[in-house]
Amino acid sequence: MKTLTDRALNLAQVQGATYADMRIVQRLTRNIHVKNGVVEGLTDSESQGFGVRVVVDGAWGFASSARVEPIEVDRVTALAVQIARASALFKTHDVQLGPPVAHVGTYRTPVRIDPWDVPLEQKVDLLLQADKGLRATPGVRVASSSLGFWREHKIFANTEGAFLDQEIVESGGGIEATAVDRATGEVQKRSYPNSFARDQRHEGWEAILAMDLPGNALRVGEEAVALLRADRCPSGVTTLILGATQLALQVHESCGHPIELDRVFGTEASYAGTSFLTPEKYGHFRYGSTVVNLTADSTIPGGLGTFGWDDEGVPAQRVPIVRAGTFCGYLSSRETVQQLREVIGDAAPERSGGAMRADGWNRIPIVRMTNVNLEPGEWEFDDLIADTDEGIYMELNKSWSIDDKRLNFQFGTEIAYEIKNGKMGRMLKNATYTGITPQFWAGCDAICNDKYWQVWGTPNCGKGQPSQVAHTGHGTAPARFRNVQVGVMR
Amino acid sequence: MLGQKRIQEIADGILARSIADQTEVVVLVTDGYLTRFANSTIHQNVAEANAEVRIRTVIGQRVGVATTNNLDAEALAGTLENALAITRLQPENPDFRSLPGPEPIPTVMAFSEATANCTPEQRARGAGNICRMAREAGAVASGALNTAVLEVAVANSLGISTYSAITYADINTVIMSDSSAGYASSLALDVHELDFEAIGREALDKCLRSRNPRTFDPGEYTVILEPHAAQDFLQMMAWTGFGAVAMQEGRSFMAGKIGQQIVDPRVSIWDDGLSSDTVPWPFDLEGVPKQRVELITNGVARGVVYDSYRAAKEEGKKSTGHALPTLNAFGPFPLNLFFSPGDATVQEMIASTKRGLYVTRFHYTRPVEPTKVVITGMTRDGTFLIENGEIAYPVKNLRFTQSYLEALNHVEMIGQETHLLMGVTYQARDRVPALKLGKFTFTGVTEF
Repeated sequence: MKTLTDRALNLAQVQGATYADMRIVQRLTRNIHVKNGVVEGLTDSESQGFGVRVVVDGAWGFASSARVEPIEVDRVTALAVQIARASALFKTHDVQLGPPVAHVGTYRTPVRIDPWDVPLEQKVDLLLQADKGLRATPGVRVASSSLGFWREHKIFANTEGAFLDQEIVESGGGIEATAVDRATGEVQKRSYPNSFARDQRHEGWEAILAMDLPGNALRVGEEAVALLRADRCPSGVTTLILGATQLALQVHESCGHPIELDRVFGTEASYAGTSFLTPEKYGHFRYGSTVVNLTADSTIPGGLGTFGWDDEGVPAQRVPIVRAGTFCGYLSSRETVQQLREVIGDAAPERSGGAMRADGWNRIPIVRMTNVNLEPGEWEFDDLIADTDEGIYMELNKSWSIDDKRLNFQFGTEIAYEIKNGKMGRMLKNATYTGITPQFWAGCDAICNDKYWQVWGTPNCGKGQPSQVAHTGHGTAPARFRNVQVGVMR
Repeated sequence: MLGQKRIQEIADGILARSIADQTEVVVLVTDGYLTRFANSTIHQNVAEANAEVRIRTVIGQRVGVATTNNLDAEALAGTLENALAITRLQPENPDFRSLPGPEPIPTVMAFSEATANCTPEQRARGAGNICRMAREAGAVASGALNTAVLEVAVANSLGISTYSAITYADINTVIMSDSSAGYASSLALDVHELDFEAIGREALDKCLRSRNPRTFDPGEYTVILEPHAAQDFLQMMAWTGFGAVAMQEGRSFMAGKIGQQIVDPRVSIWDDGLSSDTVPWPFDLEGVPKQRVELITNGVARGVVYDSYRAAKEEGKKSTGHALPTLNAFGPFPLNLFFSPGDATVQEMIASTKRGLYVTRFHYTRPVEPTKVVITGMTRDGTFLIENGEIAYPVKNLRFTQSYLEALNHVEMIGQETHLLMGVTYQARDRVPALKLGKFTFTGVTEF
């Protein structure tokens, strides 16, 4: 592989590139989907290719191809240079990358049981067991269960001397029951361990065993049917306690995206949007209450945002984002952190926070979340409920929406429970809540302790043009928020 | 491009080698180029060449799929072996009947040499023109210009052997000032049909007119939706109910309502992948010819789209030619939706409105209650108050939570012009007019 990377990088420089990098990526995936007792989908996929990114005349160019062979490397490298020269026709400034990045090394996801070593029959059998449990409750119309595995091997090299060899392994799974009231047409669903198909981790088959999908199937089916008979979530302003899974998505949408420095500088403006966390707020803006501490940490075990180096060759690291409620950090790249320094000077970090990630060989790296975490607090969950006179507990996301600066959000959850006089009460359905990001986090007055803290996987984060899907992690424990508008839906 | 001959060789080689009862080969080739600009400069300029081969094998009622983008003979043989292995290892699927058989494939005109040969310099000039217009007006442009050639071929052991090459080009831009934004987009088969000056002017005009927006209380209002906003109705109805899977599982808003009036009689919605008014595609990813499917006619629910697997689950049903890549959990999907035009101009819609909101487009819309098509989302890039038949002033963006079905029961006017717009799913393209709706509920407001 080094022969190919050397070839591309040398050719790029000969043709005028002041910087070039190359990634060679091979990705294997296996997805199994069982629905109502039938294996509806069983797909193995392999994708391989390379991408060459160059700076020529101060502007970016990128080209990629699936044909990993010398003659194609030459063609694609020359095309990347041609594209960069075209970009330079309308540039307003030269790309600045800051200090060079020249790390050399290897990284492998620690895996106890390689998911590719587990027989297919065992995987299918586990899903069929879960499927049976889901359908044990009359009223469940659709039982759905799935497993997904991913192995990505990538080589990164740049003209500054970096050469990195990484292998990432992911294992994910989940179950879902859909109950339909035939008389009214009403539909309710419950999922486990996370909504929208699965939770996913940088681990091996041991992650699937720990989920115990068959052991949770009966409960999930029962709850889906029970929701049909539950009362609707009332409307009003009240205290809200969010379960860890819903809080993971709340962090993702209202913290993770607005701290992406490319959004802040407008490069996602026409698609995903920009951010309310503009540079002048850096270091002093009150993002939340003093119990709120957020970090972006690509070093924690198991997280979907964990790696050795990002796709610019920058090492994994832990970056404080919000400290005691004050906004203090961004997700950054080599280029965006230099742009930040131009705006706020030495208050900005000198080097990238290591958040450049590409969705495969045919996509350019862009600023993405790593593991953006709400750090644990001190509360026991039972004490938190007991300490709440009146409110609503919500868990597991059903719908999500947020404006293009990440201020006004609205979420819906699969299930909710009324809290009265310190006790969980009746089940509620169609629960929704809405707010404005800094006001919402200012109302956070209690977070459960590390006993309840877990890193959840979000394997479906869309961003960029052409579209890229990132796998991100979010460590959360249940937390309480005061004065929240709930029950938005008519 | 790989070309029909090379793709045919790949497919024939796999079919000849396969020992399965039935075998299908799908080849998807992409030559895509995208020039992305922001802050009135090009910041991302990319090219991609990829070819994916999907092999579906059937043994009895066992079905397995393996894919690769490595076109070496050895890799293709290995992928076939992999498909066969996973097929053998799984239980029978009693719902599976057969791969589809061959049918005549209509000819469609979907290829532009100009798009296929568009250079990085041409794309840079197109994007650069918009950036220049924005700079001259003291505003900032961002957006993306995309040109692509797609080759799609499907062959199976029952005799299907199809190939089609299509091109498309699309541009979108958001032009922003300190307090406002304006949006415009265009999609065409031929890149020369994209009028960069006109797109830039439209977005810039919207940006300048929406400066210094005022806060406006949420509530129930009459709305005029530009085609960009109205397209979301088609996309969300497609997601929540126009496919056979949601219908068969009772999750579709159409379930149990076929033949019933579900929206205003002026509303007709259909899918037609063969129409020259869209970017056509003659067959689906099982090689079945596309059919025009009437989804809602004069407000009455008529039907949904099928692939072969879902069609086999219902007596007498045939695939309508709407298969996505095989064995996906979502099932068949309409990719060429049309909303029937009316007879009004947007000016007439505004002039006839005493008090209401004019919406350029929606952002981040999601189903809240799918069976009622209750959707929440934000307005974006140009929202205005209309008073006494005129645009009064720009307003800050609002959140809505609204049943789209209910809203389509309050249609007041439908635009006479339709616009072809890019969708978000598998490169869907929808043709849609502007809409004036009598009641639309906004439930929140944001700070800009």
